[in-house]
Amino acid sequence: MESDADRLDGVTLSGVNDRHKVGEENMGRLSWITWLYIAAIVAAAAAILSLAPTGSRSLDFWVTYAVLALLFLICESTPTALARQSSWSPSSAATLAAVVLIGSTGAAMVGAVAVLSVRRRVPAAERLFNGAMYAVAGYAAGLTYATLGGRPMMATSHLLGALSGTAFHLHVSGMFAGMLEPFAAAAVVHVLVNHGLLWAMLMLDRHGRAAAQRTTPGSSLPGLLACDLGFAALGLVIAALWPVIGPFAAAIVLVPLFVARWAMGQFAEQQRAHQATLAALCQAVETKDYYTRGHSERVSRGAGMIARQIGMRSDRAEAVRFAGMLHDVGKLGVPTRVLQKDGPLTEEEFAAIQLHPMRGLEIVREIGFLNEALTGIMHHHERMDGRGYPMGFAADEIPEFARIIAVADAFDSMTSTRAYRKAVRIADAVAELRKGAGSQFDPKIVDAFIGALDREGWHMQEPARPRGDEIFTSQDHDDPTSPLRVVEVV
Amino acid sequence: MTGRTPEQRWLAWQSVDSGRLMLFGVASALVVVGLAGTAPHVRYPDIAIAFGLFIAFGELLRLSLPGGREGAPIAMTAAFAYAMAVKVAHDDKVLYLHTPILQVIAVTAVGMSLGALPHIAAGRQAGLTAMSARLVSVACVATVFRTIVRAEPLAAHWVADLAVMAVMVALGWLIETLICAIIRADDLRARYVVTLSDELAVQWRLGLASGMSAIITVFGAEVMGIAELAVFAGPLLVIQFAFRRYASIRATYLQTVRALAQVTEVGGYVETGHSLRVTRLALAVGRELGMPETDLLDLEYAALMHDIGQLSLVEPIPGGATVLVPHADAHRIADLGAEVIRRTGLLDTVADLVRCQWLPYHGGHREPPLGSRIIRAANALDDLVVGSADRDRITAALARLRADTASEYDPEVIEALAVVADRLPVSRL
Repeated sequence: MESDADRLDGVTLSGVNDRHKVGEENMGRLSWITWLYIAAIVAAAAAILSLAPTGSRSLDFWVTYAVLALLFLICESTPTALARQSSWSPSSAATLAAVVLIGSTGAAMVGAVAVLSVRRRVPAAERLFNGAMYAVAGYAAGLTYATLGGRPMMATSHLLGALSGTAFHLHVSGMFAGMLEPFAAAAVVHVLVNHGLLWAMLMLDRHGRAAAQRTTPGSSLPGLLACDLGFAALGLVIAALWPVIGPFAAAIVLVPLFVARWAMGQFAEQQRAHQATLAALCQAVETKDYYTRGHSERVSRGAGMIARQIGMRSDRAEAVRFAGMLHDVGKLGVPTRVLQKDGPLTEEEFAAIQLHPMRGLEIVREIGFLNEALTGIMHHHERMDGRGYPMGFAADEIPEFARIIAVADAFDSMTSTRAYRKAVRIADAVAELRKGAGSQFDPKIVDAFIGALDREGWHMQEPARPRGDEIFTSQDHDDPTSPLRVVEVV
Repeated sequence: MTGRTPEQRWLAWQSVDSGRLMLFGVASALVVVGLAGTAPHVRYPDIAIAFGLFIAFGELLRLSLPGGREGAPIAMTAAFAYAMAVKVAHDDKVLYLHTPILQVIAVTAVGMSLGALPHIAAGRQAGLTAMSARLVSVACVATVFRTIVRAEPLAAHWVADLAVMAVMVALGWLIETLICAIIRADDLRARYVVTLSDELAVQWRLGLASGMSAIITVFGAEVMGIAELAVFAGPLLVIQFAFRRYASIRATYLQTVRALAQVTEVGGYVETGHSLRVTRLALAVGRELGMPETDLLDLEYAALMHDIGQLSLVEPIPGGATVLVPHADAHRIADLGAEVIRRTGLLDTVADLVRCQWLPYHGGHREPPLGSRIIRAANALDDLVVGSADRDRITAALARLRADTASEYDPEVIEALAVVADRLPVSRL
């Protein structure tokens, strides 16, 4: 079971990647240039904080600061799947409220609190970087707000007034007229600085770069932008309610935040369950033949490598990985005795095998999100010269997904051990692919795959160790080195 | 999704039952009275238009929730806020709104209809039932709140205001939930108490969030003025996004499990449509027995996958009818199936239901869970009648199952199965 869990983890098909983790895993081996970068950001933050005029702070300032800093800390310390996915975290609401209520230095001070985040397993260097990054972002947002004429609301008596219950709105009302534009600009600047600094950090770090490529906001990007907008709006809501209900404004916005967090948690859980179920679907296929264990997953990985190499859009790349994972699901519709037959196949048996892409389509057609992946599953045995099955498509008629999967499928089939032969060496398999380029495979895809192999390498499957009670196949339909033998019709 | 077949339309018409008719009646009466009372003299038309647009926007961003529910949290927020807004900043001074109750109702109705138009144009369902429930709830809140305020103007302290408004949104939410639960109990032929507790469990988080947002909007309107109202939709946009993703992944998940269930059919292990028919029967029996929604979801997954263990057989059982195979084999199949499901890591309850589906009701070392007993009975019935709607055949099959109730089947489940089978054809189960 342990190994199963590991395997499932490896099949992260969609992008719930934790960018913070990049730091967690690799902090020990950061390059000197990354360290320099961190030092520079920290120095900038320190300069901003030390330049702040001290001494002249009123009690109100400190109370407001304390409440907002606490809010920031709560948001930062309870990351949601949503926040983890792309470091967009609701904490920006606290910073942006600070921009309006206690000015740019105050916002920087609120952001710096990220250093104290109570999340476990965050290394010191990353804490420091996060704190400095949020401080710089908060300061930049504050400057933007002030430059564009946004009025600070550092009034002295708001807090005490709100607590004593005296209505303040009489002179507060209308205060917000004309502050929407500066605030929107400040929010945009905050997002840009935050993401820019983080992105630069990831780009400097080799491991981070790989992780950033794996991260696929893809189709959910508009939704994430809506979230950003929502978090920014929360900041304005806090600032607006402050004169009326005081620090309670910070507490009241926590309710919607936690409801959103619950929904995102549910989403993450369902997504995990969903991926595990897809994996189970594949394992169900693989119970039929011990030696094809892990085949679906490796084809999925290979298809993903090709997709990255040819620069496919991230949501399509994800779809092609799903297609790779499910490409042989139709084998379930082929009688086991045909799959495991020793010796040449009769015409009917061969026809049954040729039907498996259609069977696969039949099974997964109802799964709504697969869309384009379906074409990959249906046509992965077409050949460029038109002699494949089930439709006999040629060249450009074959969908791109199917051409990608055909290459990954053939390669893994060759490089894994089968009951009837040992694994072919990678170099020989590559030679075989080159030989088939043009006739069986799309040459462009073959080139892309070989390029990706050079770059990323290939995890060979360790030879499967049979338990002794399996029935072995003596041939395999997707193995180009030993095509299926069919009885000659006399 | 767009075109509905005549049969579906007929079924939709069939589902307009007495509860719905009464709801539609109340809602249309509210619309008529509201419009008639408001049309001669609209107070603060610009504020009414702003809130109306806000409500329309919320109705446009409707949300489908798990379990075929529908919600419009942003529309509810806007409508509650309009019902409760007393002071609004306007051109550097504060306006004291004395919005008549009828105007609240009229603005809500118009806003909702405007927001629903694009849905209708896109061929989606108009969602009249849910909209009517929302309108009734808003009308109740407006009536109670405006009556209170007229008698006793809101206190100067915000804590008192907050308390009054919190009670109001809670009341509004309760009314909407009650109406939805009644309608749902009718639709699903489930018990009212069960649907009510399901509804409360599913909706309270969203209700809390939209109620809080309504209160925030009321407070904010005092400070920010009407043009900036849209800002208060911000937090709700985040929630909306989160819930949308949650609902869509849940739908996808169900589709994947259905695909997994179909695997046995495509592989020729069981009759085509067997899993789906057993699932429909099992769900109907589960409702008949008053199972809550969370258990029903587990039951649905388990029923869909109850035959998955057959995949490990080299040769299919003739006809796939597991009711006819020896007990030992049936056990082994169930265990293998449970193993496949357990590998998904998150469906332990479901795996358990599948594993226990062959335990006899009496005489085993432990009593199988209710879900397993239901799947067992539904599976047996479908194996015997194979989807036929022939009354005699069903009666004969039920008689055979009844004969075994002493040891094999749970008599209560079999009786519920008989009630459900009486409602065949399955399309309306």
